[in-house]
Amino acid sequence: MANVIRRRGIKARVGRGVLYAVLITAALFYALPLIVMLMTSFKPLSEITAGSLLSLPQDPTLAPWAKAWGEACTGMRCEGVGGYFWNSFAIVIPAVLISTAIGALNGYALTKWRFKGSELVFALMLFGCFIPFQVVLLPMAQTLGWLGLSSSRSGLVLVHVVFGIAFTTLFFRNFYVGIPDELVSAAKLDGAGFFRIFWRILLPVSAPIIVVSIIWQFTQIWNDFLFGVAFSGHSTQPVTVALNNLVNTSTGVSEYNVNMAAAMIAALPTLLVYVLAGKYFVRGLTAGSVKG
Amino acid sequence: MAALDIEQVRKEFGRERVLKDVSLSIESGQFLILVGPSGCGKSTLMNAIAGLEPVTSGRILIDGEDVTHRTPAERDIAMVFQSYALYPSMTVRQNISFGLEMRKVPKAEREQAVERVADLLQISHLLKRKPAQLSGGQRQRVAMGRALAREPKVYLFDEPLSNLDAKLRVDMRTEIKKLHQRLGTTIVYVTHDQVEAMTLADKIAVMRDGHILQLGSPDEVYNNPVDMFVAGFMGSPSMNFIKATLEGGKGACQLRIATPEEADLVLPWPSARGADELAERAGQTVILGLRPEHFSEEDERLTSQAEGTLLTACVSVVEPTGADILLRLPLGQGEVTARVGPKCAITAGERLALRVDMDRAVLFDADSEHRIA
Repeated sequence: MANVIRRRGIKARVGRGVLYAVLITAALFYALPLIVMLMTSFKPLSEITAGSLLSLPQDPTLAPWAKAWGEACTGMRCEGVGGYFWNSFAIVIPAVLISTAIGALNGYALTKWRFKGSELVFALMLFGCFIPFQVVLLPMAQTLGWLGLSSSRSGLVLVHVVFGIAFTTLFFRNFYVGIPDELVSAAKLDGAGFFRIFWRILLPVSAPIIVVSIIWQFTQIWNDFLFGVAFSGHSTQPVTVALNNLVNTSTGVSEYNVNMAAAMIAALPTLLVYVLAGKYFVRGLTAGSVKG
Repeated sequence: MAALDIEQVRKEFGRERVLKDVSLSIESGQFLILVGPSGCGKSTLMNAIAGLEPVTSGRILIDGEDVTHRTPAERDIAMVFQSYALYPSMTVRQNISFGLEMRKVPKAEREQAVERVADLLQISHLLKRKPAQLSGGQRQRVAMGRALAREPKVYLFDEPLSNLDAKLRVDMRTEIKKLHQRLGTTIVYVTHDQVEAMTLADKIAVMRDGHILQLGSPDEVYNNPVDMFVAGFMGSPSMNFIKATLEGGKGACQLRIATPEEADLVLPWPSARGADELAERAGQTVILGLRPEHFSEEDERLTSQAEGTLLTACVSVVEPTGADILLRLPLGQGEVTARVGPKCAITAGERLALRVDMDRAVLFDADSEHRIA
């Protein structure tokens, strides 16, 4: 990959050495919090109070992880964050799938079945991307009340779907704009209708943008705290809210190792999704601009 | 009964009128070509026939049935697109049979249809491939196969050859002509390439600004153009237009071409070609249209018999094409192109004697640009 010809003088080499030193320092600086979190989560509490924040665990243990998962107190209950972890999945999976499906249909309709005012509809939908969450908290709470969905998982799914549609529509609309209209014309002449064209012609080539939409939505909804804390009940809290409660529960000493382990548990799924599918994410985002 | 009838079709996008009362009709089995510069409305007309865009007013009839308000699927037409528009996720076989599947044709029949067109277009070995694995020419064939499989009433071709390289384009042109002769299909074909139009068409419609200027056989359009636009658009190199003054009276007209720094050139108009009507225009400025092939090299052996009027001019550019030589030479106020035989030994700067075949020349009104003789 080294397809650059570089200067070779001594001055150039020294300059290059300084450049690398600066970059490595900056990288370490950014990675440090994560490293400290990981190390702390494997230390027994005694090692934390006595030793340095940066020292390696002398006596690594999984106990803090086990406690964070199954025993730690989040507010009144002491059942760990495990149950809330599954709560999060129960909210995230349907919300991601539904918002992606609706976004795909919206994008398809807005680009391939243009109607009078479709550009305006799209522009208005884009507003959704810029509305601050806190603005809608009260009206949303009222609406969920009317719908009988207060403090329920379905209610949270609905909120995330509604908020996600703006982004997923944007993704799919921009992707489908790059797909030639003639494909749809050809399918119309071949006798296919609205849904058949979507299902048979467009969807099979949409994999890159579906991946983008899923990763984006998964990360957004998994990491959401505000809607989770505002609209969930005791038993329907997502893991982010549980983590907050765990850390803020002030009985006895602060168990930093348990806190860190719980934070890692809460962060793992999104990290994993990015590590596994990150390259498709980048590919999908650039799919429209580079012709395959 | 006409296979396709278009009656006073009008199409407006907001205030912009793209088609202005277009009417035409073609018989079953005819090959109609729509030509014109870009933006003339030919693609819009094609989309209107296909049903991909509604028309503002007018009627479209296929096989005598009014289809103006029918969806593309209900019209029984197939279209070959400029970009081929092959379904990227499907194999060639699936691409060809998709239209039949949508029309609920039984699987066995679909397979037969695929085999039939694959044989016809020699793409049997490609049936399992995806469009991305095909070359331009192969994609073109598959796109035609997809249209042929359904055996619709009318085929539409929207600049199907414009994405191919020059040699392949000529090959596919011949192949389309062969297919049409063999299958007797009704075809409407859009192109901006006048050579394609001349070689393929039974009928040519020359369009400009949403109007059909002339509808006729290739021979009519080429040799009897209705106006200067049609005359200039068809033919390559295009027709030479020379400003002249009409002189004379009944039975003996002539054209006087003012030439700077030399004596005026006077060309007699053949008396058999409506000299009487032209006499009324004596004194008016007209435009003389001469195609490059209306000039011929003066040959001493033929002098006595040769038809036409002699002129001599100083050649400014010599362009050999192989099959013949194109010459640029001053005539009147401007320069004209003449086509002479490949043996003509002339170099730039020399004077050359040329004959002009006034029997095939055309005359236009200088203001309206319409044909007058």
